[in-house]
Amino acid sequence: MTIPELEAIAKEIRVDVIRMLVEAGSGHPGGSLSCTDLVTALYFHQMRHRPEQPDWPDRDRFVLSKGHCVPAVYAALARAGYFPREETLSLRKLNSRMQGHPDRHRFPYVEASTGSLGQGLSVAVGMALAGKAGGKDYRTYCVISDGECQAGQIWEAAMSAPRFGLDNLCALMDYNHIQLSGGVDEIMSLEPVLDKWRAFNWNTLEIDGHSFPAILDALQAAEQHHDGPTMIVCQTVKGKGVSFMENRWEWHGKAPSREEGERAVEELVNGG
Amino acid sequence: MSATATRVTFGETVCRLADTNTDIVVLDADLRKSTMTDEFSRKHPERFFDVGIAEGNMVGVGAGMALAGKIPFICSFACFVVGRFEQIRMAVAYNRANVKIVGTHAGIGIGEDGYSQMATEDVGLMRTLPNMAVVQPADAVETRGAVEYIAQHDGPVFLRLTRQKVADINDEGYEFRFGKAVVLREGADVSLLGTGAVMENILNAADLLAAQGISAQVVNVHTLKPIDTEFIESIASSHGKIVTVEDHGIHGGLGSAVSETVAELGRGRVRRVGVTEFAESGDTDGLYGKYGLSAEHISVAAMELMD
Ligand SMILES: Cc1ncc(C[n+]2csc(CCOP(=O)(O)OP(=O)(O)O)c2C)c(N)n1
Ligand SMILES: [Mg+2]
Repeated sequence: MTIPELEAIAKEIRVDVIRMLVEAGSGHPGGSLSCTDLVTALYFHQMRHRPEQPDWPDRDRFVLSKGHCVPAVYAALARAGYFPREETLSLRKLNSRMQGHPDRHRFPYVEASTGSLGQGLSVAVGMALAGKAGGKDYRTYCVISDGECQAGQIWEAAMSAPRFGLDNLCALMDYNHIQLSGGVDEIMSLEPVLDKWRAFNWNTLEIDGHSFPAILDALQAAEQHHDGPTMIVCQTVKGKGVSFMENRWEWHGKAPSREEGERAVEELVNGG
Repeated sequence: MSATATRVTFGETVCRLADTNTDIVVLDADLRKSTMTDEFSRKHPERFFDVGIAEGNMVGVGAGMALAGKIPFICSFACFVVGRFEQIRMAVAYNRANVKIVGTHAGIGIGEDGYSQMATEDVGLMRTLPNMAVVQPADAVETRGAVEYIAQHDGPVFLRLTRQKVADINDEGYEFRFGKAVVLREGADVSLLGTGAVMENILNAADLLAAQGISAQVVNVHTLKPIDTEFIESIASSHGKIVTVEDHGIHGGLGSAVSETVAELGRGRVRRVGVTEFAESGDTDGLYGKYGLSAEHISVAAMELMD
């Protein structure tokens, strides 16, 4: 897929995210929009997967450790053909498969139930380790947030992946610099974060997380790296694409009203 | 009847108590706007510590501060803070550290966020720990009284609070008495024992039962540990029919605490109304309907005891 095509899909996914959240009346726009380009690059370019055979044993695995941003993944999976797009509008409603955080049993197209921050990278390590142990060549991808890197378990996972030689594991950190209560630097800084991952023996890259050429290059570099796991630190903007949400912690966990949603969609469709 | 989220009353009360009790400190894990410690963070910034999304560390740091003489209230969603069970077991309970563990967003009543943010096992876990008291207030005045009590209680406490608004069930002059069940309505045929967010549904269930000619006593059990054994024994020995209701799993919570007492006494029968599955996203009423916590479900459970 070409870069302009990927950009067009990302834009559609952002629109879908806004529409879903407006219908739901709750949810997390900021972090969903900041990881949209990463999720798009994974599902529409990088990952080996078959929407017509979701349980294909050799598929690449994807774990969304920052589970509250699952609307971006639902939108991507629907666009990829896993299930009808209309269903995304049932987000967070009783009896819907579109749970507020991913639920693997109600909705089998996500690889792992997440929503308690700090745990997803360990699960991804397990999937990558099982691949190695089982002689499979699938790759495992995991998107983590910056705030969740404050959790100790992230660093337990970080220590284990190189130890197990997991060159089939690639993690992407959505570094939007904002968490629920404010700026990451004010609450509990991660810096120097690249040095931390490097010190834990990861192959470490830093990119603009909204540049498709940069994302694709980094994903390819990760695949070609054969000495342990890769961490791509992605500099992103929380609320990316909607001017009144960008870089504002207030939009971490609040759905847009119908009117705000229309403004956001208008901007995404005509503005960018 | 007005309604308040018990987390809101907690936030106001801890802030006010800290004006005079300078040993009180508050720790939070990137949820101050949800646990309602935001006001405290602005009014007492030198006594507020946000550890980031690191609840395990928060438990340990809270224990250390308590062992050094402070009275830490450590706050997060109940599922996340109680999720650090082994840290609580070791650093708080075993040390008998004077830590007040505040778990907001209890139960499936939180609604749209879904199971990952719903605590339905927390009371069970906390009840297993020696030294740990467990308190779940049901409305605003009771929360105020409970927080005032807890601040001067010597030892660890788990305080369980709601995200959603809950209706006032007590009068303004109500006094919180630790460990004592509160009879809200008298009744001779069956006792409906509840805790926390479900009290309004229980009162409605008592009305439904009254329409069937059944006289149901309604009891609010705000202290889950130590449970009011004396009270439970008294009703088990009289009419002997008890329904427990809670927005928590049926394992380990109020239903278990009451059943343990009744079983050891060897008199009385219990029906437990509570959550039995992983719940899901939805609105509170819809969830209470689907997962068996509506007034109708409660009244049916009571009828089943009426043979
Ligand atoms: C263990 C845990 N603690 C707290 C929460 C509540 N919570 C949900 S989102 C969030 C903030 C997340 O910020 P960040 O990790 O930076 O994510 P992003 O910016 O990508 O949305 C918090 C504290 C949680 N889901 N899990
Ligand atoms: Mg962030």
